[in-house]
Amino acid sequence: MPAVHDRGGLPTDQPIDRAEHEWADWEHVANALVGVLRRHKIINVDELRRGIEAMVPAEYESSSYYERWSASIETLLVEKGVLTTAEIDAVAAELDGRWG
Amino acid sequence: MGLGIAEGDRVTVRADEVAHHHRTPWFVKGKSGIVRRVHGAFPNPESRAHGGTGMPERRLCQVEFRQSDLWGREYCGRPDDVLLADIFEQWLEPVRRG
Amino acid sequence: MSGDDHHPPLLHADRSVRATRVLAIRQLLIDKGVVTAAEVDDVVARSRARTPADGAKVVARAWTDDAFRGRLLSDARAAVGELDYRLSHDAELAVVENTAEVHHLVVCTLCSCYPTSLLGPPPDWYKSFAYRQRAVIEPRAVLREFGLELPAAMGLSVVDSTADVRYLVLPRRPSGTEGMSQDDLAGLVTRDSMIGVAEAASP
Repeated sequence: MPAVHDRGGLPTDQPIDRAEHEWADWEHVANALVGVLRRHKIINVDELRRGIEAMVPAEYESSSYYERWSASIETLLVEKGVLTTAEIDAVAAELDGRWG
Repeated sequence: MGLGIAEGDRVTVRADEVAHHHRTPWFVKGKSGIVRRVHGAFPNPESRAHGGTGMPERRLCQVEFRQSDLWGREYCGRPDDVLLADIFEQWLEPVRRG
Repeated sequence: MSGDDHHPPLLHADRSVRATRVLAIRQLLIDKGVVTAAEVDDVVARSRARTPADGAKVVARAWTDDAFRGRLLSDARAAVGELDYRLSHDAELAVVENTAEVHHLVVCTLCSCYPTSLLGPPPDWYKSFAYRQRAVIEPRAVLREFGLELPAAMGLSVVDSTADVRYLVLPRRPSGTEGMSQDDLAGLVTRDSMIGVAEAASP
């Protein structure tokens, strides 16, 4: 069984959906954070990919592209001691409360 | 391994199943192809993904596989259709000519 | 998007847990002084500004300047550098040429590697599981879905960009374009033709 990200040739009946969605602001932020964190040499692209590949397969499958980036950014920043899960939980709860 | 690989060489991709991050797709593992281009050396993602420096750099080779070698009869196309993939030298072994 | 920390980016109505968490991460990194809001906004602005127009100019130049075309195929970074395009230092660029004998199609089965420096962000379908899974094993069927029926006699080369090299397809110059200016030619070079799921447009 190939790993969840190693998708070439896996059977599917899905046609290719060519509809484009306009990026939400948070997707721009996820993309930009990776750029800035790379420039600061806090993370590199190989680590970003490793963090994505480490997702629980069911979560990988059900997540959108930048949701996967978001998961990996969090994994790496916590692993490197830049942020803690508790801090992220707290601010996320505050943002949820603010924007309801 | 790897050091002598040059454009035009026939190579086989190692069939290793490894748990660490690597950039070799499953469907070329164990398959043979021809090196069409040596892109040069790049930091090794297998080290860099796990906190390493990526040094020493490893050479990245563009390998051409025949689609029918990869997928067998499942492949519906011309027999000379090919797939190009960039594979790091540590995954390649030269095919000895019989 | 505002650079003011107290007015974080708007959330999409259907935001996910991940969306909220990435905005929380942004906020924390700014509060701790790891990054600045301006840095993040700058990358957002630059990413919004990148479009396939840059790739199209490179292709149009290659169509009209044979020596440039040769350099583009052998050392793409140096060649696009002549046109003042700055590629990211993290990825190399290679160009594959469509000819009367062979057509190229680019995919990244492992993630979604793409020549963003010249084409802007990839389309959603390029990142989809369906494209990543099917483009390598049934590329002719995929091309047919995009409306491109390859002649039976034409070979097909699928490029799986697995590592540090990003691939751009140099599409064939359409017939009936003799004497057209580089600018007008660039207008025929679509994003999809540089991924290889289409031919360049006809004038």
